[in-house]
Amino acid sequence: MIRKFLENRRIPLAWLLLTRQPLRILVAIAGISFAGILMFMQLGFRDGLFDASVTVHKLFNADLVLISPRSKSSISMSGFPRRRLIQAMAHKDVIGTTAVNWNFLLWRNPENLSTRSILALGFDPTNDLLLDPNFKEKADTLKNKGRVLFDELSRDEFGPVSSWFRSGRIVETEVAGKRVRVSGLVSLGPSFGADGNLITSRETYLDLYSANPPGSIEIGLVRTKKGSNIESIVRSLNASLPNDVRVISLQSFIDFEKNYWKSSTSIGFIFTLGAAMGFVVGCVIVYQILYSDVSDHLPEYATLMAMGYNLRSLIGVVAREGFFLALMGYIPAYVSGQLLYSLVRSSTKLPVEMSFARASIIFCLILFMCMGSAIAAMKKLADADPAEIF
Amino acid sequence: MKDTHENTLKIDSLNHWFGEGETRRHVLQSISMEIFPGEVVLLTGPSGCGKTTLLTLIGALRKVEDGDLRVFGQQLFGANRKTRQNLRKKIGMIFQGHNLLRCLTAEQNVQMGADLLNGFSYKARRNQSREWLRAVGLEDHMSKLPHDLSGGQKQRVAIARALAAKPKLLLADEPTSALDSSTGREIVDLLKKLAFDQACSVLMVTHDPRILDVADRLLRMEDGQLLPSV
Repeated sequence: MIRKFLENRRIPLAWLLLTRQPLRILVAIAGISFAGILMFMQLGFRDGLFDASVTVHKLFNADLVLISPRSKSSISMSGFPRRRLIQAMAHKDVIGTTAVNWNFLLWRNPENLSTRSILALGFDPTNDLLLDPNFKEKADTLKNKGRVLFDELSRDEFGPVSSWFRSGRIVETEVAGKRVRVSGLVSLGPSFGADGNLITSRETYLDLYSANPPGSIEIGLVRTKKGSNIESIVRSLNASLPNDVRVISLQSFIDFEKNYWKSSTSIGFIFTLGAAMGFVVGCVIVYQILYSDVSDHLPEYATLMAMGYNLRSLIGVVAREGFFLALMGYIPAYVSGQLLYSLVRSSTKLPVEMSFARASIIFCLILFMCMGSAIAAMKKLADADPAEIF
Repeated sequence: MKDTHENTLKIDSLNHWFGEGETRRHVLQSISMEIFPGEVVLLTGPSGCGKTTLLTLIGALRKVEDGDLRVFGQQLFGANRKTRQNLRKKIGMIFQGHNLLRCLTAEQNVQMGADLLNGFSYKARRNQSREWLRAVGLEDHMSKLPHDLSGGQKQRVAIARALAAKPKLLLADEPTSALDSSTGREIVDLLKKLAFDQACSVLMVTHDPRILDVADRLLRMEDGQLLPSV
């Protein structure tokens, strides 16, 4: 097949038209890449934000989650009676539960003494909390009162806690005006709602946040027997428990959080609009380039028609120009996207990753952009009248 | 079918008009003529007499409005777009301006002509193109772009391009007008020689009195009418 192609190929007019005009193609590539980078960044931020909103959620060792029906998102969790979790234990497939308190408390930066809101999780250290197998050991240190585990991925504004701790220094600071000591480091990651996280025992939590009614918790984690039908447990627990609590699967809990950021905030809209603007800018640039290219070469296209090339083959030339531009614009956009993503990851600690789905969606958008502009520019070809060139 | 190969071109009472209503001009008035295979016919006349219009009609670049026009036996009156397009492949054209593609080298320009041929591999078509450039004396300029070539060299490339598609009829519109007299002479002699080798008929429109002697036959046109030949 390749041999047949090589035998039948003709002068690659589209390629030569583009490459013999280096300035024009550079402008085109710059424009398309710029549009591509814009789309990569906007969609990357959007997806990164949504992923970041569930960084902690994904780490929970749970199959089902109990939340208050009044909870709207991780930044506005309402409490429900802890008894419900004990009642849930009665179900034959439930093998373990963990009561989790979840709220924002003020953390004092031990270096410059400024305060900042941090997400504090309180739980009973004898129960499971995170999937990480090394966590158990760290959790044991919380059995002493006034100890916290600090999230080493928290933003730098919380102070150089992890480096101090690693260097063997005793890190003590204030949370909600009470003295605490960092007894270990965990890796959770900041989210949109929370710039940093700390984990402590339920006892310390209640001490730090004394307004919290002792019988009230924000999240109940439920672990079930291996291979049990999650959906049916969710149904039967929802039916048996009073309606001051809602039982959902861990995946629904993750979706619930993502959904909040997607639908109840303008984040999704803003970033999608940003990407759409990149797309429109790209369309305008490619159209301009291709249109002026066709206009400049109109006598030559007319000559080709006079020689016997039909309109279809000339349309093919413009289409191929669009295709080449799409390819040549996408590659630098992809590479810059990767670089900028790692820059974003290191400076914001948001989980912005180059996903295959996004890379292919943006390729399709760029291809669509270039081919659409090519089709619009082809209309100009109709002006190529071979009778006019004599 | 017998008619098909008897003459390259046969025109019978061809009429053509430009414009609409009041300003409508009768630019071609019942033209009748024939060209036989291998003939070199020169068409002269004052500018605006309709020569170029006649050439575009023969070249299937315009729709025939009235009359009989057959090229290789193919009736062009009432012919659709596709028929005209296919016919163009068999007609070579040389323009007043060379009309080369600026982004292609001399060799690639010629191959644009050769690429119209079916059934040859890329290599074969490229070799043919080189062959043609050699025939027009440009073997040392194959990879030059048009703007690096002189006027005469560009016109040679244009001739090579027109012949590379192996036409049986070559239409040339004042091919020497942009050239000085000796270059013009060379070009016309070359054109005649190559056309003769290919058994290709030539219809050349010209103002240039210095080249009239290459013609087998001379046609004069005035105000849209062919003058009776002398």
